Amino acid sequence: MRRFILIAVPYLWLVALFLIPFVIVLKISLSDVALARPPYMPQLDFAAGWEGFKAFFAALDFENFWFLTTDDLYWKAYLSSLQIALTSTVITLLVGYPIAYAMARAAPEWRPTLLMLVILPFWTSFLIRVYAWMGILSNEGLLNQFLLWLGLINEPLTILNTNTAVYIGIVYTYLPFMILPIYSALERMDDSLLEAAEDLGCSRLSAFWLVTIPLSKNGIIAGCFLVFIPVIGEFVIPSLLGGSGTLMIGKVLWEEFFSNRDWPVASAVAVILLLILVIPIILFQRNEQKQREAEG
Amino acid sequence: MSQTVFAPWEDPNEKPLIQFKNVTKRFGDFVAIDNLTQDIFAKEFFALLGPSGCGKTTMMRMLAGFEAPTQGQIFIAGQDMAKIPPNKRAVNMMFQSYALFPHLSVWENIAFGLKREGKDKDAITARVEEMLRLTRLSKFAKRKPHQISGGQRQRVALARSLAKAPKLLLLDEPLGALDKKLRQDTQFELMDIQEKTGTTFVIVTHDQEEAMTVASRVAVMDEGQIIQVATPAQIYEAPNSVYVADFIGDVNIISGRAKPNGEKVATQWAEGQPDIIGTTATKFDAGQEIHFAIRPEKVAISTEEPQDAANKVQGKVLDIAYLGNISTYHVELPTGHVIKAQTANTRRLSRRQITWEDPVWISWTDTAGVLLER
Ligand SMILES: Nc1ncnc2c1ncn2[C@@H]1O[C@H](COP(=O)(O)OP(=O)(O)OP(=O)(O)O)[C@@H](O)[C@H]1O
Ligand SMILES: [Mg+2]
Repeated sequence: MRRFILIAVPYLWLVALFLIPFVIVLKISLSDVALARPPYMPQLDFAAGWEGFKAFFAALDFENFWFLTTDDLYWKAYLSSLQIALTSTVITLLVGYPIAYAMARAAPEWRPTLLMLVILPFWTSFLIRVYAWMGILSNEGLLNQFLLWLGLINEPLTILNTNTAVYIGIVYTYLPFMILPIYSALERMDDSLLEAAEDLGCSRLSAFWLVTIPLSKNGIIAGCFLVFIPVIGEFVIPSLLGGSGTLMIGKVLWEEFFSNRDWPVASAVAVILLLILVIPIILFQRNEQKQREAEG
Repeated sequence: MSQTVFAPWEDPNEKPLIQFKNVTKRFGDFVAIDNLTQDIFAKEFFALLGPSGCGKTTMMRMLAGFEAPTQGQIFIAGQDMAKIPPNKRAVNMMFQSYALFPHLSVWENIAFGLKREGKDKDAITARVEEMLRLTRLSKFAKRKPHQISGGQRQRVALARSLAKAPKLLLLDEPLGALDKKLRQDTQFELMDIQEKTGTTFVIVTHDQEEAMTVASRVAVMDEGQIIQVATPAQIYEAPNSVYVADFIGDVNIISGRAKPNGEKVATQWAEGQPDIIGTTATKFDAGQEIHFAIRPEKVAISTEEPQDAANKVQGKVLDIAYLGNISTYHVELPTGHVIKAQTANTRRLSRRQITWEDPVWISWTDTAGVLLER
């Protein structure tokens, strides 16, 4: 019995917080727009009993998913989201790895402080931090003023409302998710392995490639997924820092919901997004599993 | 001296492979190696022995190139090593923690150093297979380090450090993690490998028995200095100080004042007790402090007074430690000294058994012990 409860609790959790909302969204995606409240049809009419049930299911169809294929806005948005997510994951890795490496090499008494500094931004609201970036990147912003003052540029650079600003925002926001898993992999690494590699004829650099990188591989993979997966659906950063040219599926989703008030199409977009995300999430789980097995 | 005996350190024409010249190593204010000068010759099996923290690992790390001497120079094959990084030295080290690469299989671990040399594939394969056979690991070639036992891991580490056929192999407490039986097997395996490959071994250990078993010479260290370097037999039979005598094996030490008497030196050690007569090559002044050291197995024990012994004292048995093949008797003298005497148990039946509280005689010849200044 206790065993049963132990197993049941996480499943109940999953059902309540994931499956039920998903079924609701799926149901909306199969419905039609209506000038009503909520703005879609059909509604399940419990009073009509079994007949009501049949009528309800008869009214559901895949029309909205069809619609997504007719307008190239949608698949372009998906592709562009994937591309932005991929690029920013690579940039985050390139920025995050050296930071994680330096942290892991730092004197042990410094490490908790450095770790604290990485986590510190989470203590302020995400929105406030993105707004702060608007202040930094705008034409009259801190960055431009600084560059003008240095004399490096003669007129302000347009950064805000471009993809560059989106990348800056994403890399900044998601950097800790990249640093932490890589740091934890590097910190666990035994220094004598590097000495052994050098002893066996490696230069410092080749010891890094042949030992440090492979041993932090799982941290790298975990970090990349932790950045890639949420960035695909990212909405706040592209809408605040990006311009009209920034196409991301999160933004499209928001516009369908709140500007067009087309909940069914918006839900269909969300369902497809979820299906796209399921693949990397499963791969991520596999990686974690493999790592646990290797350690166990 | 016959030619078959391996003793290059006694040949003044022999060039040493390793030379420490006045090497000092400091970590901050702390002196880890203190003005050390030592030669080690090719094909030696040189053991560093000493208590924890005396600088053994530091010496190894300086040879491997992971630490630079603060002062002094280290030469390997006549070349000053100061500017040579670890990856450019014909030296391989077997790490105390093994330091096997966890992401590589046993095979790849052993091949690691060979691949760095840029040898061709067939040569690498052949060499790895040879190493696997030598260390009896062929069955485990595909496994990862976490999938094999501690003893097997240790053999992988050994195979990996041997694979490049280094001029010099450094073994830092290679057998520390093994149980006694496996340890002894591996010790003989090491000696065998050393003989087959002709590699020079420097081995660190704090197990004196291990050092005595494997080494051609043993260096006993204390606080960053080498106190004595000699063959295992010399170290055991003729230690140069109380420290070495005490560190290697079991010993009885009796301190007193020297009274030179021709060839022999008498040690006055207690009121009303006969002087201990010993022989020594060292010159002692009358009244100088002197320490008489004798191994327990050189002390005879009997119930009747021995007739022809140079030294004999009466006492009573305080304790008996039965160790299977031998017994150690702790004999308390009237002066309060406790002397250990050891006898083999083969003759037990032919003799009246000695038990606790028995009055006994202990005795030894005048050449059984050594006389030490310090
Ligand atoms: N990197 C370092 N920084 C400061 N002190 C060090 C360092 N490495 C070694 N020491 C000190 O130097 C001394 C000698 O160390 P070493 O590791 O050579 O000892 P050891 O003889 O190998 O001892 P053990 O038998 O315990 O391995 C020790 O007192 C140690 O604390
Ligand atoms: Mg050590």
